[in-house]
Amino acid sequence: MTQDQSGGPRLRLNPIACDAHGLCIQALPEMLRPDPWGYPVVADAPVPPHLLAHARRAVAACPTLALKLE
Amino acid sequence: MTMTSTADDARPTAADTAPNAPRLLLGHGRGLAEHVSAHGPLPALSGPEIVARTDQAGLTGRGGAAFPTGRKLATVARGAGRRGTVVVANGCEGEPASAKDRTLILNAPHLVLDGVQLAARAVGARQAHLCVHEDEHDIRNTLTAALAERAAAVPAEVPIALALVPHRYVASEESALVRALNGGPSLPAHTPPRPFERGVGGRPTLVDNVETLAHLALIARHGPEWFRARGTATAPGTTLVTLGGAVRNPGVYEIPLGVTGADLLAVAGGAGEPVQAMLCGGYFGSWLPADTFARTEISAPGLAAAGSAIGAGVFVALPRTSCVLAETAKIAAYLAEQSARQCGPCLHGLPALAQALRELAASGGTRPAHNLQALMPYIERRGACRHPDGATRLIASALRAFPEEVRAHSDRKRCPATQRAAQRDPHQGRRYGI
Repeated sequence: MTQDQSGGPRLRLNPIACDAHGLCIQALPEMLRPDPWGYPVVADAPVPPHLLAHARRAVAACPTLALKLE
Repeated sequence: MTMTSTADDARPTAADTAPNAPRLLLGHGRGLAEHVSAHGPLPALSGPEIVARTDQAGLTGRGGAAFPTGRKLATVARGAGRRGTVVVANGCEGEPASAKDRTLILNAPHLVLDGVQLAARAVGARQAHLCVHEDEHDIRNTLTAALAERAAAVPAEVPIALALVPHRYVASEESALVRALNGGPSLPAHTPPRPFERGVGGRPTLVDNVETLAHLALIARHGPEWFRARGTATAPGTTLVTLGGAVRNPGVYEIPLGVTGADLLAVAGGAGEPVQAMLCGGYFGSWLPADTFARTEISAPGLAAAGSAIGAGVFVALPRTSCVLAETAKIAAYLAEQSARQCGPCLHGLPALAQALRELAASGGTRPAHNLQALMPYIERRGACRHPDGATRLIASALRAFPEEVRAHSDRKRCPATQRAAQRDPHQGRRYGI
């Protein structure tokens, strides 16, 4: 996990792998919201410390391994 | 016949005698002998010398991104290490309105191959691939013949292999080329790592457009000052452009960068009828109103300042009697069709945009324009490649550059272009836009 200048790790979505299962959105609605077709829109900000556990859960929930925390 | 010479043997050629003479498209034959007598032999520069000359010349990529070529060469060369690097020359003209790469390959195949050879030397490549569309047989035959001719004349420093790519819009995107050369599908990849970091066979890979490489071949011969004798300080050199639409003589032309849009139209014999807009950069580009275009500087920085882009040098003139929204809807439908269907926002978003635009052009009302504005933020920058961004940029430019057209359609008034067509020819009244 690389630390970015602005502090915490960031979520990175592989749009090719993502199939809009939407599980990540349920686990981390604070940073992921659905677009009109159900694909997650990732907040363009580092994950704050108090959401890190939820972010890890969102990453783990993805059935296509499309979401990464880096 | 020898293929190499000393570094300083940059003898003047037909390419630099007259101030407006072409440099790439000299009109000599396709043969190696004709090529060498027109341009001179391949210079015997070292890799770092080629990088330095290209950098000083200020050459930028002619495939659409206008990235500084010298910087890209240096980056790939630095990554060479023990395993070497790879050069990929992109001769797939993905842009449907463009014909400049085809014209260049068919007229000067050896200049392109010189560029591939010199770029391979510059970045320390052990292999080079020249990618072309599998269905363009004239291009394939020309290059196969040229490669055979060179093989007979002198052993190549680096082998150049012809790679055949399916003829679809996204297949020639750089990560798609690398993926195909690695044995995968011809589809864009999720980046980073970008090809210059980890490309073909996991090696740092230089992907450059064939026109860029042809310029490189001339810069290596004649030097940066010669290159900078045309164009402007910020956009040096000449470039190939494809001029189409409502111009008198559509075709491919070589122009010095930095001329005005009005000069560019004059190159193609001027407008054949009154023009309302120019599509700059092709299907991946954006619209400029005709009067803005006329005073815009034709260069990457000039067009960027006008809110457009030079792209692959495609310029299409739209007559005043054609509806810009209907034309954009057609292009948007094409771009939606050409999606690789890998990423959700592109797969679902582009057809939605095309549909809304078609509805705006055909039946009007406030809903389609509203839908377009609402959808675009969900599509921009959300694909693995830039394909969806191209579609949103084009549509956003139409909405921005032609507010009166959008208003007339939204208010369900008569399409202004249709009205103009009716004034010109009452019998054609309902042919356009409705």
